[in-house]
Amino acid sequence: MSELTSITDTSTTETSPTETSPIQDLELPSRTGGDVYPLFLLLGVFFGIVAIKSEIVSWYRMQEMFRFQAFHMYGIIGSAIAVGAVSTRLLRRFVPKTLAGDALHIPAGRDPRSPRLVIGGFLFGLGWGLVGACPGPIFALLGNGMGIMAVVLVSALAGTWTYAWLRPHLPH
Amino acid sequence: MEPFSMQQWIEQPWPWWVAGPLIGLMVPAMLWINNRQFGISSNLRHLCAALPGRVPFLRYDWRGHGLWNLTFVVGILIGAFLAGAFLSGNGTAGIAETTRSDLATLGVTFNGGWAPEQVFAWHRLTDVAALMILVGGGFLVGFGTRYAAGCTSGHAITGLSLGHPASLVAVCAFFAGGLVATHWILPLLLGGAG
Repeated sequence: MSELTSITDTSTTETSPTETSPIQDLELPSRTGGDVYPLFLLLGVFFGIVAIKSEIVSWYRMQEMFRFQAFHMYGIIGSAIAVGAVSTRLLRRFVPKTLAGDALHIPAGRDPRSPRLVIGGFLFGLGWGLVGACPGPIFALLGNGMGIMAVVLVSALAGTWTYAWLRPHLPH
Repeated sequence: MEPFSMQQWIEQPWPWWVAGPLIGLMVPAMLWINNRQFGISSNLRHLCAALPGRVPFLRYDWRGHGLWNLTFVVGILIGAFLAGAFLSGNGTAGIAETTRSDLATLGVTFNGGWAPEQVFAWHRLTDVAALMILVGGGFLVGFGTRYAAGCTSGHAITGLSLGHPASLVAVCAFFAGGLVATHWILPLLLGGAG
């Protein structure tokens, strides 16, 4: 990581003038605190089991999907969206407050015309097709004992770090 | 439909109509707990933010904004381990015959694991194609998700559940990238590797 740190040092001087103008939004949720950590841990355990048992972590399953040769992944993503949409509507109707006691807030989407969605999305898609895993499955495969995914995870962290560094110069 | 069998439930892969709805429920569950959005790629940023450095985009209170999400990731690690140890979750049970023969033309044999060992193995890191897939692919996942402000969970599941047009644009772009990687880049890399 010492390499990365040295790049950081040079970048602050380069990017500080532009950083003030194009993107000041740090894209973070408005709130800190109020999280019920044991519940998030439990949800994670649950998601990890589902991810493994439904084989959405499988490189081969991604190949089936991108070759349009099996319904499995389309069924999972499609039904997840349908259930997510209906259950969130029910939540909004019947549950006014969060566990933390705040008013329930359903987030708004961002501007669909942003070039970042197309460029960033395409670049992510390339990576997704190659490694056959998006961020959730990368973690799940590590937990499942596939040590080589550590190489993918460290590379992904380097990618995120590089994005953060180049961010002031990229079209959004 | 066959009668419920615990044995089968443990040994067989779960069908899409079980897994999809369970994943969809992540969206309201996280909103209900603390107005949090289901999105796993943000954790890559939180992990970067936990490292020392001076990049403005990575300088924020990562514990306050992201510790809940990193806790979720720890859960994923545990759950994936448990599924392997107690629920026979150790590989892909089977894939479409067409996919199997398509991959065979690329020199990739279906091995019943999670991924082909001619790429996903430590001793293959000396191979240029394997290195490009693991390191290049991983880099693009990390770079692209943050650039697009979300991944499969954040845009495809959460964003589309909430009816966000931006997420539809992002998901189409994800898919376009995946198609290019599958039909052009992988054949180039794997074909060259022999």
